[in-house]
Amino acid sequence: MTQMTDPTGAPPRPPFWNDPKIRAIVFQVVVTLGVIAVGVYLVRNLMHNLEVRGISTGFGFLENRAGFAINQSLIAYDQTSSYGRTFFVGLLNTLLVSGLGIVLATILGFIIGIARLSRNWLISKLAAAYIEIFRNIPLLLQILFWYFAVFLNLPPPSEALSLGDAVFLTQRGLYLPQPMAQSGFGWTVFAFLAAAVASYFLVRWSRRRQDRTGQLFPAFMVSLALLILVPLGAFMVTGRPLAWTVPALEGFNFTGGLSVIPELGALLAALSIYTAAFIAETVRAGILAVSHGQTEAASALGLRRSWTLRLVILPQAMRVTIPPLTSQYLNLTKNSSLATAIGYPDLVSLFAGTTLNQTGQAVEVMAMTMAVYLAISLVISFFMNWYNARMALVER
Amino acid sequence: MKMRTMMTVVSTVALAIAAGTAHAGATFDAVKKKGFVQCGVNSGLPGFSAPDDKGVWKGIDVDVCRAVAAAVFGDASKVKFTPLTAKERFTALQSGEIDILSRNTTWTVTRDGGLGISFTGVTYYDGQGFLIKKKLKVKSALKLSGATVCVQSGTTTELNLADYFGLHKMKFKPVVYDTADETVKSFEAGRCDVLTSDQSQLYALRIKLAQPDSAVVLPEIISKEPLGPSVRQGDAEWFNIVRWSLFAMLDAEELGVNSKNADEMKTSKNPEVKRLLGVDVIKHGLGVNDDWAYQIVKQVGNYAEVFDRNVGAGSPLKIARGLNALWNKGGIQYAPPIR
Ligand SMILES: N[C@@H](CCC(=O)N[C@@H](CS)C(=O)NCC(=O)O)C(=O)O
Repeated sequence: MTQMTDPTGAPPRPPFWNDPKIRAIVFQVVVTLGVIAVGVYLVRNLMHNLEVRGISTGFGFLENRAGFAINQSLIAYDQTSSYGRTFFVGLLNTLLVSGLGIVLATILGFIIGIARLSRNWLISKLAAAYIEIFRNIPLLLQILFWYFAVFLNLPPPSEALSLGDAVFLTQRGLYLPQPMAQSGFGWTVFAFLAAAVASYFLVRWSRRRQDRTGQLFPAFMVSLALLILVPLGAFMVTGRPLAWTVPALEGFNFTGGLSVIPELGALLAALSIYTAAFIAETVRAGILAVSHGQTEAASALGLRRSWTLRLVILPQAMRVTIPPLTSQYLNLTKNSSLATAIGYPDLVSLFAGTTLNQTGQAVEVMAMTMAVYLAISLVISFFMNWYNARMALVER
Repeated sequence: MKMRTMMTVVSTVALAIAAGTAHAGATFDAVKKKGFVQCGVNSGLPGFSAPDDKGVWKGIDVDVCRAVAAAVFGDASKVKFTPLTAKERFTALQSGEIDILSRNTTWTVTRDGGLGISFTGVTYYDGQGFLIKKKLKVKSALKLSGATVCVQSGTTTELNLADYFGLHKMKFKPVVYDTADETVKSFEAGRCDVLTSDQSQLYALRIKLAQPDSAVVLPEIISKEPLGPSVRQGDAEWFNIVRWSLFAMLDAEELGVNSKNADEMKTSKNPEVKRLLGVDVIKHGLGVNDDWAYQIVKQVGNYAEVFDRNVGAGSPLKIARGLNALWNKGGIQYAPPIR
């Protein structure tokens, strides 16, 4: 090109149709309009075709009576409830199993990841075996194994395993006594909240003091004691205002108390054990990514080994670990839809399965279900990105 | 992605792209062009549809599809089967993956009206019942309060169950599975006290148990379950062929024509038999050969033969004809005349 540039100023502006910036904008607008046009065309076609084929459309069905029963619901539900409510029942069941699964998988994954790096040969080999076994067996098989081979092989209600005649374990579920707050229990709750606020300030104060003077204060232990002892004291003083309904065998099944269905147990066990194997690997990779010099520097400063791990290695390892950890969380949530294999009423099995089938409104139901998974994934990603940004190395 | 989710998505996408309209005769034309009938059946319900040890599909629902193939192509073997779960079946029919759904499916108003499908008749009059462990010593369904009940999802069974227990103010805990295999396995393992489904299917599922004698069917029938084939709406010709294929089997039984005597009966003096076998040609307007009903009876059999060998006396299920006897033999099976 032989374009002349004016050494004193900006190059002459090209005509607008040659301006790369304007061109880029034009292209983007054209593509966006194209995508929208195709989308509108597809939706209109879809609506037309559904109508021609006599298939009902619209979201009106959500208000109709569902008429079927569900074996686990976190909100009030019976067969007179609406299809719309089955959506929320399914959604909450999905969130329950994914939420619990994420917590358990993280704890287990960190323990095993750290154990994998242990200097103790046996511990490290056991952790390695765990990872290799659970990572390589298809998740569906693990779910079926836990369900049919473990949970359904527990004794029947008539021969329930019991703990102090209050907790019962059977193939139909785990039954626990249910606490029922009597009048005056509010004081215990209040005492707990007060203790929580107190420990928050205590931790803040101890951090500040440590920053200023370097002196340590066992804030964790003290707050734990506060959180336990204060509400317990209030509970005792107010005369133990808590009644328990204890489950009892009555006819076919245990009634009364809280129950956890075996479908939840099996799904939770399989999801967390499987995902923990992957998390362990990311944790190990994260720890190995922290240069050994950090450990040496820590011991040169005289830090204890356990402190080195907690205060020096893990915080730095987290930076490498969080992004892959996020995708493990997303995987776990999406994998929870395998619930349908063992009849756990999650969103896919309940709403995108039963409700879809009973109403026949595939398009609406699938659209809602997909939107939920997208939303859950986005929320997890946003949260982890925020956490990652917090953990990121702040360059000074 | 799960198979079912996949199917739903694919059919939605297909419906969105398909610009053409479903003109009358579309299914029938397509079937004739491809040379076989694609039939959606149960993946494994003895007596209704299940592959035998040689992989050949057997069952009353299967034979309905064979009859349609015999009518359309003069060859009962020109049919391919798609095994479907209760949850998958309607999507498969709506999306055009199958031409007929013949999978122990109950005819109800919401299915006729809201799903864009039409039932063509009743292959088997059924009703919902309960299968219970013998050792529980329960003799009546009204004694089931508090029981845990295994049931298959996406069925009318699931709905009737809730209705029945609600109506009688009894409590129950449902355990809901996608396939009959899981349902049976978990009933066997003791996850539930009772298994509920259409009564005929209870007998079929019972023989799948390791010890069939360990369970009994309770006497109560809590619903009407007319099971029959269905087709997509919008193709009246195809609807007629499927409907009349079943009628032909019933009329043949009524007239005493079966697969063994069909050829001799061609010389019968009875004008009704002559019309059935196409000896006297009538203007049936079904768009198939005049010997369509003869081919059905000759190759598949009349209704009695089909019933007996699949679910009746000649089968392991040994179900009595009951409601499914002809109208003039104490039952309610009745087909309009061929004339
Ligand atoms: N007739 C009922 C129930 C049909 C149904 O799917 N029954 C189950 C329960 S026995 C079944 O056939 N399962 C066999 C399978 O999925 O393999 C309906 O149309 O909704």
